[in-house]
This record gives sequence, structure tokens and C-alpha cells, in this order.
Amino acid sequence: MTKDEVRQIVLNIIGVVAPDEDLSDLKGDVRLRDQLEMDSMDFLDIVMELRKRHKIEVPKEDYPNLATLDGCVEYLLPRFRESKVAV
Amino acid sequence: MEVRGSGGGRSGLAGRGARTTLRGPGREVRSGRDAPRARDLDGTERSATLSALPDNQRIVITGVGLTSPLGDTLADFRRNLLEGRSGVTTIETRFMGRVPAGVCRFDERKHQSNKERRRGTRAGAITIFCAREALADAGIELAKRDPSRIGVYVGVTEHGTVETENEIAAIREYNYDTKFWSHHHNPRTVANNPAGEATINLGITGPHYTIGAACAAGNAGVIQAVQMLRLGEVDLALGGGVSESIHSFGIFASFAAQNALADHPDPTKASRPFDVDRKGIVVSEGGALFVLERLSDARARGASIVCEVVGYAMNSDAGDPVLPTPERLAQCMRRALDRARLNPSDIDIVNTHATGTELGDIQEADAVRAVFGSCTEVYVNNTKSYIGHAMGAAGALELAGNLPAVYDSVVHPTINVDRLDERCAMPGLVLKEPRRASKVDVILNNSFGMLGINSVVIVRRVTD
Repeated sequence: MTKDEVRQIVLNIIGVVAPDEDLSDLKGDVRLRDQLEMDSMDFLDIVMELRKRHKIEVPKEDYPNLATLDGCVEYLLPRFRESKVAV
Repeated sequence: MEVRGSGGGRSGLAGRGARTTLRGPGREVRSGRDAPRARDLDGTERSATLSALPDNQRIVITGVGLTSPLGDTLADFRRNLLEGRSGVTTIETRFMGRVPAGVCRFDERKHQSNKERRRGTRAGAITIFCAREALADAGIELAKRDPSRIGVYVGVTEHGTVETENEIAAIREYNYDTKFWSHHHNPRTVANNPAGEATINLGITGPHYTIGAACAAGNAGVIQAVQMLRLGEVDLALGGGVSESIHSFGIFASFAAQNALADHPDPTKASRPFDVDRKGIVVSEGGALFVLERLSDARARGASIVCEVVGYAMNSDAGDPVLPTPERLAQCMRRALDRARLNPSDIDIVNTHATGTELGDIQEADAVRAVFGSCTEVYVNNTKSYIGHAMGAAGALELAGNLPAVYDSVVHPTINVDRLDERCAMPGLVLKEPRRASKVDVILNNSFGMLGINSVVIVRRVTD
């Protein structure tokens, strides 16, 4: 599992959660909420999709780690590596 | 086509073109000596053409938005009604296989984003579609209105069963582990969901709620809108009803358990109120919302006026939870007539609620005969024979389907009655073919529901 692979997984999930958004110019270091029309329910959708698709649990106290795309990758990469479930 | 009475209507059965086109020059105004009049017990004169209310208390419909198994515009819906075409098909239902149902085919994406659709409900989508189509039909530009003075009143038979069934099916895939239960479940299933989704989509900040009134709900939504306008709570109202019921297996299964679910090898023949061989209800989805305004406001903005809501009533059977009571149904119709200051003979069309159940149809026919039995110029029809039972939308959709009659004077028939059950015979019942009336000024719309809830709305062509 590489950073690019995790980034693509997250982008795929954001594409489902925010299907009307253009993700081609998404900046990795800028808050997702500042670039996309996303609210707390959307972030819960991201958490749910990680749970459903990849069996990864994100505890509530870790939600701030998902604020940016880079943050998502940094936070999720070790969890994907620990996960025994194929992505 | 039979012509009853004298005088002419418009030629052509399909209304006045492809658009809703309910307005326009209309027919000759009947007033003065020609108008039917009577006196109340207190000596007050009743009139079929003049209102005793000031214009700021008279409530009119100025726009219609709908989706039905027979089309997504009033023009299409009406054309199919006059052509006698059934909108019933079959759908695959969870646990039950194929069942007859009325399905809408409007474009959800016309007024909603992909994200809205992902989050929202089918009932919300139907409401948004109907609301936006109704506002466009009324010529309302929301940007020029105070959004806090607009109310949304949506009748529903039930809400939340579809979403709950879907969610249970979803977590079944996860061995019923509730951590996979969606956080969208509550906003999807709160009772105000359909109306609330519409306010979010439209940016309306006035009051919104649903009116839970079983299958009397479509009328109840209209009545609520009328009342709020008369109270001055809002200046513009969207009122009517919606239904997403076909997406719940439970409603089909429950009617089946009651021996009240229609079944026929040809789904277009399954919904057959008043027929000897009727077997029960065809469940349908749909919606109809009306733009309602005070007559004074409608005239001030130069709105085209479809009709006036001149009477309404609601009451309760306080009896059997599923079988209607003829006495209460008749009482509800009479109270609506009293509020409208009309006599039964002033009504031109009675749209029956009849759903195709054995006893329900008989009970309503009893009530209609009790109120209108001595009338020689009242036509009686039924719309569920075409589209099935659209539940919370039924009252509003069926009212909409009859509205064009006030301009074309044509009464759509009840279809699928091959052998009339004599217990359902009513004077003026229109069967098989449309009939041209000498005039259609006033329509009485019945809509009744479980737990003994009854609603009646009377609309009249505005001629003064």
C-alpha cells in the first residue's frame, strides 16, 4: 500500500460522497470543506465508507485528521497497512 | 360521449393544448338569474357563483405541479385520463415478487443535484419536483418573494417506512451490526422530511410540515394551506400531497394480509373500483402540489387563476380503523358544502375516493347517494381506476386531474368497470367514456383514510 493508493481510495470515496464536485484540482493541504461543499454529514459518510469498504474504524477524536486530503493519507496509510483486508 | 343538459362546452377532449393551460377566457359566466340559488335556514342566500367572503379571505389555486403514473404535467395526465389509459404496471417488490403498482417517471435530476438525491428520499424528490413545477406554472419567481412568507404543507399517508426497510436490508449485509446503520436515517425519516427537503431545495424559510392524514392527506394539505393563508400566517402556500409508498414492501404485504391487495393478470385492469370483480388496492406513488394565494394577492400580481377553494371539511368516523362509515362520509361532504354555501345540486363533478376494495367502495357509494341521490346533473367519477391509489398524493392528484374540466366541461370516466356492482351504482356515475357536461363550475373531491379520517375539498371556477 502506497500513499498514492491511499490518496486514490480517499478520492474515490469523496467522489461518491460529493458526486457533483470536480476533484481534479483538489489541493492536498487545504481543508476539504474550504474546497468542496461538504458538511458534517459528508464527513460521517466518509467514515462510513471507510468502515464498509475497508473495515477501517475512525474514532470520533480522530476526525480532525480527515480535514485535508493530505491529512487523510497520512492518517489512513498506517491503518491500511495494518489492515488485513484487501483494498 | 354523452352530452347531458343543454349549452355548449369547448370542443375537443384533450383540453387546451400541451401546457397545463387551465386559464384563459373560460366559458360564459353564469350569474344572476341563471345561477342556481337557495337559501339557508337562516334565510341567507346561497350562491354557486358569488362568494360572501372578501377577496383577502378567498383562496385561489394559481399553479399546479404534479407527477403521476400517467405523466408529469397536468396536460399529459389529463390527456391520458380522457383517453382512458391506465398508468398501472408491475414492479418487483422486496420479499413479494411482482405486484401491480403505479410508478412515476419524472426526472429527479431536473431540480436536484446528485448529492441531494444521494441524501434525500423519494418522497422528498417528488415534493421538490412538484413544488418547483407548481411555482413555475404559477409564474412565481422566488427571488422576488419574501421566503419567510411562504409555507409548505404536504400531506402524507405515512413516511419513513421506505427508508427504514431499506436500512434494515442494508445492515443485513453486515449481520445486522447497527454501526453500519446510516446517519442519514433520522433526517430521512422525520415526519416533516418531504416538506423539509423542499424548503432546503427552494430556500423557503417560512413554515413547513407534513400533514399525516392517511389517504385523506392530499386534501388535508390543501386545506392546511387555505387555513394558513386565511390566518395571514403566510402570503403564498404550497399545499397538496405526496407518496413514495410503492418502495415499501410493508404496505403491499399489509394490504395483502387484509385481503385488500389488487391482483390481475393484466396490471392495467387491476385497479377497478365499483366493478364486481374488484379485488382491492393498487398502490401507487405520486405527488401533486398547488400554489395557493389569497385572491386579492393573485389579482394584484396579475396571476392566472385556476380555481377557488370554496369549501372543505374534515371529520372522523370514530369507528372501524379501516372500514369507512357512510354517515360520517356524508356528513363530511355536507359540511364542505355548507362551508362553500352550496347545495348538492350546485356540484358538477364528484371525484370519489373509492379504492377498489369490496366494502369501502360500497360505503362511499352509500354516502354519495345520500348526499347527491336526488341530483340530476351531478357527475361522479373515479381516478384511481387509472393510476391506482397514490396514498398521500391521491386527494391532490385526483383533484388536479379533474381541474381542467372547469374549462373544457369534459368529465373523465371511471375505467375498468366491466360489470358494475349494483351496490356501487350512483346517479351520474360516468363509466368507460368521457362525457361533456353542459357546464363544470364546481368540483367536489373526496379523500378518505384509515383510522376513519375523512376530507372533502370543493373548488369552483372563479367568475367574479
